[in-house]
Amino acid sequence: MIHPRGPRPTQITVARIGLYAFLISAALFFAVPLYVMIVTSLKTMDEIRLGQIFALPLRLDFTAWKTAWAGACAGSECTGVRMGFLNSVKITVPAVVISVLIGAINGYALSFWRPKAGRLMFGLLMAGALVPYQIFLYPLVRAMAVMGFYNSLGGIILVHVLFGLPLVTLLFRNYFVTIPEELFKAARVDGAGFWRIFIEIMLPMALPMIVVASMFQFTGIWNDFLLGVVFAGRDNLPMTVQLNNIVNTTMGERNYNVNMAATILTAIIPLAIYFLSGRWFVRGIAAGAVKG
Amino acid sequence: MKRKHKRSKAALIALIPTWAAVVIVYLGTMVWSVTLSFTNSRLFPSWNFVGFEQYSKLFQTAKWLVSFQNLIIFGVLYVFGCLFVGFLLAAALDRKVRFESAFRTIFLYPYAMSFVVTGLIWQWMMNPTLGVQASVRTLGWQGFTFDWIINRDLAIYAVVIAALWQGAGLVMILVLAGMRGIDGEQWRAARIDGIPVWRTYVSIILPQLTPAFAAAGTLLSMGVIKTYDIVVALTNGGPGSATEVPAKFIMDNLFQRQNLGLATAAATVLLLTVLIIVTPFRYAQHIRARRQAGTL
Repeated sequence: MIHPRGPRPTQITVARIGLYAFLISAALFFAVPLYVMIVTSLKTMDEIRLGQIFALPLRLDFTAWKTAWAGACAGSECTGVRMGFLNSVKITVPAVVISVLIGAINGYALSFWRPKAGRLMFGLLMAGALVPYQIFLYPLVRAMAVMGFYNSLGGIILVHVLFGLPLVTLLFRNYFVTIPEELFKAARVDGAGFWRIFIEIMLPMALPMIVVASMFQFTGIWNDFLLGVVFAGRDNLPMTVQLNNIVNTTMGERNYNVNMAATILTAIIPLAIYFLSGRWFVRGIAAGAVKG
Repeated sequence: MKRKHKRSKAALIALIPTWAAVVIVYLGTMVWSVTLSFTNSRLFPSWNFVGFEQYSKLFQTAKWLVSFQNLIIFGVLYVFGCLFVGFLLAAALDRKVRFESAFRTIFLYPYAMSFVVTGLIWQWMMNPTLGVQASVRTLGWQGFTFDWIINRDLAIYAVVIAALWQGAGLVMILVLAGMRGIDGEQWRAARIDGIPVWRTYVSIILPQLTPAFAAAGTLLSMGVIKTYDIVVALTNGGPGSATEVPAKFIMDNLFQRQNLGLATAAATVLLLTVLIIVTPFRYAQHIRARRQAGTL
């Protein structure tokens, strides 16, 4: 979507050198933490105590990774981030599927059918996206406790779906608005109803947005910490919460190599999505930012 | 007439779940929380109304005042820092550089990571005994200090650095998209007139990027109000209460200190802060939209 125009300048000037110097130092600032994280995770604690965080490891040591995955302790529980990983998958996958589906239905209904008070609902939803979560938390905890949802897998999935609604609805509404209305009208003339038009025409056409929205929801829910802390309960703690417990509640000596390995393991799925999807990710940011 | 009625019915039914979410979850819990802030609830909600007592207590609580002050320091530096760095990066990338997409990928990847991960990475980088400080000292610069996360006066700036590292790429990508939408003729005209490059950026390019900056600024400001995870991961509010933020103050009072009335009062203040920030933006947008509609 973004391309520079015109030929590349060929002469080397002081300004060009300064430009590249700036870009390279900026790239170092952004890239070095990732590098440090990786090399730290491959060192032994003896090597880490030398205080050379930028140095490459003397030899590759993967024990920290093994410990991080299956043996690192959070307080007295030593199970690594493995359980958190599984929990995050169990929370994220259903929450993404449900919220993207509802978002697609909302976007479709709002842009083609224009139901009564549709604009009002959309406005309220967008306003709701601006409200700090803290104001919803306590009443939601109480209400879910009464219904028996609190501290359960279903509960945390439901909360993610609820708070994901504004973004997915916005993305799909903005997408469906760009689809020619003639297509919709033609299907109406053929006698197709609300759901048939949705499933047979609109859903297949919305495939690019389904990919973008799923990616965004996936990254957002995977990276969530606050809702996981409050709603997931001890048995379903997502990976981010478990990671923080491992790193910040350690008793005795801290194993920085294990901590960094666990941190990489937690970041690896969103990073993989980002590096593999490239342009799609950027497109999603632009689409989501249009209206803030 | 009948057809019209039938047609809106299916759509209305399809929107029921979202309506329920908006009315019950968004509006309902908000009203409930705001109501609680006028009671003397502690561990459990009570219906003993005490007027604005919780609010006056809130603004006499040292920790809240520190939190609020931190929110302002952090918010201003983070938002303007991200906008500034993001603009510089976008402007540099827009000068027809080699390896542009590689640079773009490097600048934006932190945005894909969670605040918890960001906080933990920088906690390690800024570790005073084994982190950057130790490495620079072994290089021979003995007086070098970078112990911000254990320094009461500087810890909040450590949070700013970590957050800026995570968020600057977002601004870069939005502003770069805005720059690529600007007509290349303007550059040529400026060059013919002998206007220096920096001057062209400031006087011609920047004003046209207002929508991109507004979008990025709103996104970042919303993030500021929600700031919680990164503080918990990086400093857990410390040293002392040097990096406490309102979202964390509310969470602590809700779930650890059993101080429901005070927590909901703080949440209400946070909500009002959002309104104060957002309303002028939205109003300006509204006015601009109406003006455009009027001239067309």
